[in-house]
This record gives sequence, structure tokens and C-alpha cells, in this order.
Amino acid sequence: MPDAAAYERGFRGAILDPGTQTPAGLASAFGGIPTKRFDVYRNNVTVSLTKALADIFPAVCRIVGEERFADLARLFVRENPPKSPLLFRYGENFAAFIEAFAPAATMPYLADVARLEHAWLSAYHAADAAPLSPGALSAIAPDKLPQARFAKHPAAALVRSQYAAVTIFNANRDEQERRRINAGVPENGLITRPEFEVRLAPISGGDTAFLHALFAGKTLAEAAEAAVAADTGFDLSAAIGMMLSSGAFKAVDVKR
Amino acid sequence: MNHHVSTVNAPRRFPRFTIDGLSGASFKPEHFEAISKDGAFDGFLEVHAENYMGDGGPPHRQLTVMRERFPLSLHGVCMSIGGQGELDADHLARFAALVHRYEPALVSEHLAWSTHDDVFLNDLLPLPYTSETLERVCAHIDQVQEAIGRPLLLENPSTYLLFEESTYSETDFLEEVTERTGCGLLLDVNNVFVSATNHGTSAMDYLAQFPLERIGEIHLAGHAEQDDGEGHVLLIDSHDGPVADPVWKLYEIVIGQCGPVPTLVEWDNDIPGWPVLKSEAAAARSIMDRHASSFMLGRRHA
Repeated sequence: MPDAAAYERGFRGAILDPGTQTPAGLASAFGGIPTKRFDVYRNNVTVSLTKALADIFPAVCRIVGEERFADLARLFVRENPPKSPLLFRYGENFAAFIEAFAPAATMPYLADVARLEHAWLSAYHAADAAPLSPGALSAIAPDKLPQARFAKHPAAALVRSQYAAVTIFNANRDEQERRRINAGVPENGLITRPEFEVRLAPISGGDTAFLHALFAGKTLAEAAEAAVAADTGFDLSAAIGMMLSSGAFKAVDVKR
Repeated sequence: MNHHVSTVNAPRRFPRFTIDGLSGASFKPEHFEAISKDGAFDGFLEVHAENYMGDGGPPHRQLTVMRERFPLSLHGVCMSIGGQGELDADHLARFAALVHRYEPALVSEHLAWSTHDDVFLNDLLPLPYTSETLERVCAHIDQVQEAIGRPLLLENPSTYLLFEESTYSETDFLEEVTERTGCGLLLDVNNVFVSATNHGTSAMDYLAQFPLERIGEIHLAGHAEQDDGEGHVLLIDSHDGPVADPVWKLYEIVIGQCGPVPTLVEWDNDIPGWPVLKSEAAAARSIMDRHASSFMLGRRHA
């Protein structure tokens, strides 16, 4: 059979690259090579995908400015076109792309802000689940509690940063007036969505190690040990309060 | 609210509203509060299926609330029915799950493609109309209809260029597709006007050739005007403004021929406040109501 998919290959090859020629076999009813007509499709694809990225990463966009963001996004789109029609999952490697992008080296925190934004959107679309109720813990006999394991809430995520990524994220998501932020203060972020509103809170190194261990299926005792190893000032009772109030878990399991 | 609720055999999660003779608007999350407080809107809402393919969260909560009150039209944008590759089985399963979950009154997709070799280009790209592409499109529609267990409405595209290898006119192609697959058609009147202008043909001739008896829904939308670099007007299907006057005129002619058909006003960019969308939908409704008396006995001339 003659190659019916040739038109697709022609479009696919040229559509993200303005340096290429208009594919063969296309026509205008008025004659001539329909360069500008093909450019409508080029423009639609590039603009819609860069706009999708601006919607997913509004804080990054605000930090670098719309024009520079569009340049950055165009380069990203060309090298990493989406592989799924679910655009709310697009840009998973945008943070890594920013990290490797030399002109962004003066903003070393930018990649972590992008990581927070991607995690924020994943939490927004995550499955619904009731967060673990405080009563669920008090129902467990104290001697069984150290062996308890917890099931992560579908929306919960941790993002570690060597920079003040959470403060920078919040300042730009809330469109606060521009002010000086000391970007060098390391901040880890906990993202949760206990009901329908996504929350982002900065958490300490100890709490991060604690949650990281619990998310990995470790027992409460193992997680507390990991947290103390990371941070000698770790406060277990405060951390348990945080794990309940944040909505980071949906269930607890105690081996009888 | 004056939707009729009828009884059904299968258990349903949502009211079974009739969509006959109604007009509707695209549902945008930013209008959720305004629509929630609007007791007077008695049309339907249409959503892009892909925006509701996440697992949970606010999108599904909002759509559930809206579906309790209004008939829903589920409009797929990314199935790539006009593509030469296989349909994405995961995407089709997600689409079918939405149909099952929300019990929409209308389900539609596009005569276009957007995915090639796993790369998703996020636009409704054109295809040549040949016996090969016809077979492929029909196979894809059979597959979709099998998955969703009901007929699909296929939308005519807006196009900016033509293919030298095309051997069918678009209307002949669409007619063949409906005959072979039993699918219905979504007539986008703005697309008809945009394409006819872009190809120097007559929108009225297109409508005269169009299998009007297969129409299950109509779309109206705004377009933008450019030029093609060769001195010809090039209209862009931009969905970023009110419906243009010539499109309203064509719409009225179609309704005069077909009688009332569920009609949606699309507005996807530079989205205005809810009252503006609502008044566009009301304008379509008043045109249908004006012609409804000629169709009291259910006559539908094609």
C-alpha cells in the first residue's frame, strides 16, 4: 500500500522546527507553496505547548519574565515534545532542562521551583482520598505504635531543595510584590491536598527524613531513627502532629 | 430549570436530562462559582475530555456538581482519529471511562490527527481525503464506538491548506464515514466558514453538500483574520471572541433546514466572564426557538 502516513511524517518533521521547509504535497487553493498557511499549524503547536508550560509553571514564568520563559519553553518543546495527550503531566523533565540550561545558571533555585510546580499540579489531579484521622493513631495501643506503617495520601509529595524554593514559589504564586529573598536558605517542601486545595509547607530536614522514610514504607520507629540521624533536634511528637494535620497519609497499618 | 427528566432502566448516577433544542457553553473552571450561583441558565455545558483525565481533585468535583444540574457534552480533542497510526489504547480507555462516569448526552471527536509516533502535537492537524485515510478513519471510529458503546459525533475541521493527493471532497468523505460507521456529525459552522474562506470556496455550497440529516450537534465560535502572505484572507479558528455575523447567518440557515439541534458556543482563549458566554448561548437558543414552530411535529428536512 502506498504510504498514507507520509503527510504525518512531513508535518511532524517540520512543525517544531521553523528552519525547515514546508512539507511537499501541501497546496493552497490559490496556487504557490503554502508556507504561511503551514506556519499557522507551526504557530498553533508551538504557542499552545509553550502556553501549556506557562500554565504549569507560573512561578518560573513570573521569575524569568514572559518573554524569556517563552524562549526557554520553545527550546524545551523542540527537544521534548509531549508523549501524552494529558498535558497536565507535561514538563516532568522541565526542571532538569532548566538545570542544564547555561543561561539560567544565575538562578540556581529555578529548577527546584519548577519541581515544586510540577508536584503541585500532580497533587491537584491526584486521586481523592480521605486523610488519616487523628483518632486512628490514638486507637492504636502505645506498644504497637512503633511498628505502625502508613499509606501515603495520593496527593502527598516531598521536594528537597538547597535553596529557598518554597518561599520563592509562594512569593510568585501569590504574586506578592517583588522583594529580596535570601535564596541560599535550604528549604524542603511538603505538598498535600487533604481535600480539594493543594497546600505547600516548608518542613525541616528532620521532618523530611521522617516523611521520606514513612513514604518508603518504613515503620514509625525506623522513620524516627532516620529523622534523628538527619537532624539531632528532631521532635517526634511535633512530627506526628504534622503528619496528621498535613493530610500526608491516608491509612495506618499495625501488624497484630 | 426546565429540563425533562425521564425514567430509565439501567441505574444511573446522574439525572437524564434531554438536550434537545438546547444551547450551551464551554465549561471553564473559572466560571464554576458564577454558574453555581446562576439559577437562570437552562442550557448544557461542554467540556474537553482530556481536562478530566486526571484521577481526582477539583476538576472531577466541579464536573460532578455541574453534571448534577445540566446536560453534558463530552468533547474529545486528542484521540487522533484522523491519524494513520493505531489509536492510543490507554487514551481510548480513559475516554470510555469518562463516558461511563458522567453519562453525557453527547459525545464527540474531530476529523483530525494530533499524535504521530507517540509524539503529541496538541493541535487538530489536517489529513488528505483518500480511500486509504477513509478506511483508517472508519476503523478508528468503529474502535471508539465499540469502546464507548454508543455512536460518536465527528466534527468537520477548520483547515488552512489542502493536500494534492486528496481525492474526496470533505463533505463526501464525511458522508462516507457516517454511512460506513453509523456515527453522527458535529457540524462546526465556524469551521465551515473559516475553511471556505481559506480555500476560496462557498460555505453555502459546502452546507448544500453536507449530510445535514446526520447532525447531532452544532458548534459556533469566533475566529481571527490574517492574510496568507499572497494577498488572500486567512481566517484562524481562534475561539477567542464572539461568533461572527456571517457565521450566525449560516447557522440560521442550517437551523431553518434542520430544526433545533443542540448548539454549543465555544470560547477557549481570552475567556470572558460567564454572562458573556451565557448571552452567546442565549443568542443561539433564540434562533432555534424562532424556528421551532416549523418543526413542532418533529419534521427534519435535510
